[in-house]
Amino acid sequence: MADPSVTLTVTGGADGLGLPLRHGDCRLTAQPVATASLIAPYPGRVAACSAALAALGLAFPAPGQGLSAQGARIVWAGREQAFLFDAAPPDGLAEHASLTDQADGWARFLLQGTGAEAVLARLVPLDLRAGSFPQGRVVRSLLGHMPLLLIRAASDAFEITTYRSMAGSAVHELGRAMRATAARG
Amino acid sequence: MSGGWRIPGRGAEIDRARPLRFRFDGRDMEGFAGDTLASALMAAGVRVVGRSFKYHRPRGVMTAGAEEPNALVEVIEGPQQTPNVRATVQELYGGLQARSQNRWPGLSFDALAVNDFLHPFLGAGFYYKTFMWPRQFWERVYEPLIRRAAGLGSLSGRADEGEYEKAYAFCDLLVIGAGPAGLMAALRAGRAGADVILAEADTQLGGRLLADLPEIGGQGARDWLAGVRAELAALPNVRVMTRTTVTGAHDGGTYGALERVGLHLADPGDLPRECFWRIVAKRAVMATGALERPIAHPGNDRPGVMLAGAIPAYVNRWGVAPGRRVVIFGNNDSALSAARALTAAGIEVAACVDPRPEAAVLEEFPVYRAAQVVGTRGRMGLHTVQVRHAGGLSEVQADVLGLSGGWNPTLHLACHMNGRPQWDDRIAGFVPREGMVRGLTAAGAAAGRFSTSQCLDDGARAAGEALAAMDMAAPEVTPPAAEDAPYGIAPFWAVDARGRAWLDFANDVTTKDVAQAALEGFASVEHMKRYTTQGMAPDQGKNSNTAALAVLADATGQSIPETGTTTFRPPFVPVSIAALGAGARGKGFAPERRLTSDAQTRAMGAPMIEAGLWYRPSYFPRAGETTWRESCDREVTMVRGAVGVCDVSTLGKIDVQGPDAGRYLDFLYTGRMSSLKPGRIRYGLMLREDGHVMDDGTCARLGEGHFLVTTTTAAAGQVMRHMDFVQQGFCADWALRFASVTEHWAQFALAGPKARDLLNTLLDQPVSAESLPFMACQPVSMAGVRGRLFRISFSGALGYEVAVPARYGAALFARLVEGAEALGGGAYGMEALNVMRIEKGFITHAEIDGRVTAFDLGMQRMVSAAKDCIGKPASERPGLMEDGRGQLVGLRPVDPSDAIDAGAPLYTAEAPARAASWQGHVTSAGYSPTLQGWLALGFLAGGRARHGEVVRIHDALRGRKLMARVCDPVFLDPEGRAMRG
Amino acid sequence: MRIPCPCCGWRDRREFTYYGHETFLHRPAPDAGAEAWDDYLHNRENPAGPTRDLWYHDPCGSWVVVARDTVTHAVAGGEGLA
Ligand SMILES: [Zn+2]
Repeated sequence: MADPSVTLTVTGGADGLGLPLRHGDCRLTAQPVATASLIAPYPGRVAACSAALAALGLAFPAPGQGLSAQGARIVWAGREQAFLFDAAPPDGLAEHASLTDQADGWARFLLQGTGAEAVLARLVPLDLRAGSFPQGRVVRSLLGHMPLLLIRAASDAFEITTYRSMAGSAVHELGRAMRATAARG
Repeated sequence: MSGGWRIPGRGAEIDRARPLRFRFDGRDMEGFAGDTLASALMAAGVRVVGRSFKYHRPRGVMTAGAEEPNALVEVIEGPQQTPNVRATVQELYGGLQARSQNRWPGLSFDALAVNDFLHPFLGAGFYYKTFMWPRQFWERVYEPLIRRAAGLGSLSGRADEGEYEKAYAFCDLLVIGAGPAGLMAALRAGRAGADVILAEADTQLGGRLLADLPEIGGQGARDWLAGVRAELAALPNVRVMTRTTVTGAHDGGTYGALERVGLHLADPGDLPRECFWRIVAKRAVMATGALERPIAHPGNDRPGVMLAGAIPAYVNRWGVAPGRRVVIFGNNDSALSAARALTAAGIEVAACVDPRPEAAVLEEFPVYRAAQVVGTRGRMGLHTVQVRHAGGLSEVQADVLGLSGGWNPTLHLACHMNGRPQWDDRIAGFVPREGMVRGLTAAGAAAGRFSTSQCLDDGARAAGEALAAMDMAAPEVTPPAAEDAPYGIAPFWAVDARGRAWLDFANDVTTKDVAQAALEGFASVEHMKRYTTQGMAPDQGKNSNTAALAVLADATGQSIPETGTTTFRPPFVPVSIAALGAGARGKGFAPERRLTSDAQTRAMGAPMIEAGLWYRPSYFPRAGETTWRESCDREVTMVRGAVGVCDVSTLGKIDVQGPDAGRYLDFLYTGRMSSLKPGRIRYGLMLREDGHVMDDGTCARLGEGHFLVTTTTAAAGQVMRHMDFVQQGFCADWALRFASVTEHWAQFALAGPKARDLLNTLLDQPVSAESLPFMACQPVSMAGVRGRLFRISFSGALGYEVAVPARYGAALFARLVEGAEALGGGAYGMEALNVMRIEKGFITHAEIDGRVTAFDLGMQRMVSAAKDCIGKPASERPGLMEDGRGQLVGLRPVDPSDAIDAGAPLYTAEAPARAASWQGHVTSAGYSPTLQGWLALGFLAGGRARHGEVVRIHDALRGRKLMARVCDPVFLDPEGRAMRG
Repeated sequence: MRIPCPCCGWRDRREFTYYGHETFLHRPAPDAGAEAWDDYLHNRENPAGPTRDLWYHDPCGSWVVVARDTVTHAVAGGEGLA
């Protein structure tokens, strides 16, 4: 029989990785993911999904788009899919889209500092200039060899999301790039 | 100047207040901050900086740039030893240690210089002619000999511990080279608001202006440059990258560039040595300038012979005189300018020798017209130049001879996409054609326009065209006034006189070698190059290609354009492999995927093994166990007798939802999944469209329109890509979606007769054998945490897999291990897992290696006859269902004390182990403590009909021979009673 | 090499996995016969010039038909399958 005294404690995806990390003016911090649902509308149901998401003040995002309202956030996450963060999927959404809980599958970091763009230029094969990648823009790409969901949170800040299992490698790679970038002054 | 080689009042780039100590060939020397190693050596009076590749002749600095063929040195930094560093590029820093190359035992006395006297036997193609027979001499004698004698520099033999970096950059306009043309292009595009990257290989902007110091817009060149530098620095849309050589032009406007980041610093700190850039540009201006050509004349390789244009560079940039008395030998007007510049700097010009009869008239120095240099003297340093002229033969005392055979536009990048340049008689050289690389325009000297004024104008023009092509307004600019001297040249390549005349200094190729190649039938330029090795040294023919072509043309009676040109390929300058592979060493090679149980697993002392990118425990050693086998045997016994716990989160988990999910899975899997009842699980095979097995796994129906399929660890990515292809390509309008949830769930296998007991210590609602039968699943709750429970078994024991969100993974693993140990069990690793699945005949990618079919595995009945699926039509091809194909069998040694190795080949028992009697191979093997012997799986020709037969295993690789009996691949509990119990 | 993804725009080729000619999209009927299946699976042109082939954009999960030229290396465009 189950022992009622047993509890299962929580371990965060970025626990034990030595964060926050600072090199020069760049800082890398963990940004725990509380809730994340992957929403993938069935063919032809994007509008219906948007209607259901209106309950949260949101709509289904276009590629590269992120929307937020009332503390909830929806972020494009790949072909015909988006992450809903910080809110439960509204009623009726499951009729029009597949919903999967992904909250524990991802590790999220914030890289902040005037050198942040230069740090990422060492790991991400993307045009990160503000004109091409403005604040709020979302992309799927690679962080070195790791999957990446990248959001420009501010002119000098990027939200970096990758697989939870790769969090250690992500911090290692980012740390190395931060150190080298800081050394350039 | 009498006391040394520095010139007072010259050398804007050195800081005389900052002397730097360095070491060359064990001698302590001193230079200044701002020096290159070459200028510092010159100032220290070092004339011989290396020995040549083949003849080991003494050589001196020849150029002032990246094209240097002679001054190649090894730079030593602690354990690091970098060969073939061009002393003309290496900046001086305090404590720099360098060593000359290709000499033994020393620079001044080199034993292998005897090669120089053997030169009649070492001409073109000597490798091919000399080292032919006897054949067995190749490995034992010739190759070690050639390796010792030739080669350029040596490696430390130790791993490179330096940090390297790679990075991406994007821009509207990439300007390559910051001479007058590049600077004007960058200025104009920068003022227009375009995002500009200005890449300059040198330490600073200016190009030839730094050496020649012409007047620009009424200002001195340095003042004009300071103004331009300041304006570019003030433009936020212009990024100036110095010490950055663009090395290649590639597809889609991508350029490779190598930046020297920390190589010039005594203490680079955290700076990488180099950074390899991938620059993506909408347009590019190639303002790479031009490279001066030497002239081939007898004795043109002595220390002191250099390019004429390099002399003012040393004088004006670093304030050092290459010598005290200079002879200039040139066929074009730039040679005369160099001579005048030297006179102005107070250096004595002993003579100017010009093969052209109409060469200029009155100068402050003697000018020999219609004259040629026919020889030199001075083995360790030039002291006499022999000049043949209308009046006869003169001997001129000089310690420097400056050569100028004209200038070649530096058009290498334009040729990197297979474009061919065209010959231009006006400059007696090749010039780029428009459109050789899409989006790239040549400007200035790189386009064959040589005067400063032409360069300034052309840079502005090129930027204007690039801006127009990008639909950007181009503000009008008026380039400043500058010298616009005409460039007169009469083609002149080689002096007709006795003695060896060098074309390729780095590889010791003379005019005779090229003529010899032509004579022996290697008359095509590509053949000549390979036969003589001309152009194959680190300078890649930058100094010799055109002249070699001219000599070849002469030998074959063709014109130069008819003779062709060699192919220029990236990289333009040598790029270290370390820079190309930056970041990929050690942990950077591939990301590590770590399980939620990773920390505890390592704390328990488990050695980790890689499974794809994942790290999984091999086994969990306990006190007293000294070999992996002891631990593995104990873990297997533990599972068979009590209970074991294993982290199986690495298996791919794909969540499939939607009304058409079942229909889709029917198309994907060989079996029917749509008929599965909610709460039940089915084993499935996926085929590739060519009929071979792609992967296997389970499919659990969690709800009416909700499935969870698993993939093997190794194939998770491939299966996801395949599922996307099938969905997007063949059934895009079906109502279903899927997503990988591998990372979200931590999943643990509980296996053994006590698995249910262990499970029920955790479940808020216990399960019984009946409530959750074999191949069923249900949601569960543990300590209030919602998870999923699957009754499946990969060990053949009573088994469950329990999944919780990953944040609870570490805690659940700890709790499961503790619980298992209390029941006489514990954690088990990959070794035990592998033994147990072999005992049960369960397959992995050791068996489904991409070449096997369901038929081969004995799983043909799993390919539903009632429906189509991916791979089914092709799997039914007769050749894939032949009885003679390798079929999955079990193998046990006839002598129970024998072991079997995976990979070992199988032969018929009667015949010897020869290819003709080859019958198949072992795919997996392991020692079964349960069955007290080695078990193996393998593929045996027609194996299903051969159970009971004895086959020969002869593993020549590992020296193991044994006889084995063929049996059913399921060794243990064929009815599956344990896992169903 | 830069390849356009219909979702993400032009991206570095390292973000893509190559598959083969777009022939793979034209799956024969299961009973189309050995020859049709042989053509579908194995037989390909080797064009010097324009071709259309399949690439997978790993980061976003899109399959793309890429129109490119094997002689000039020019990539003309890319479109999704659906
Ligand atoms: Zn994409």
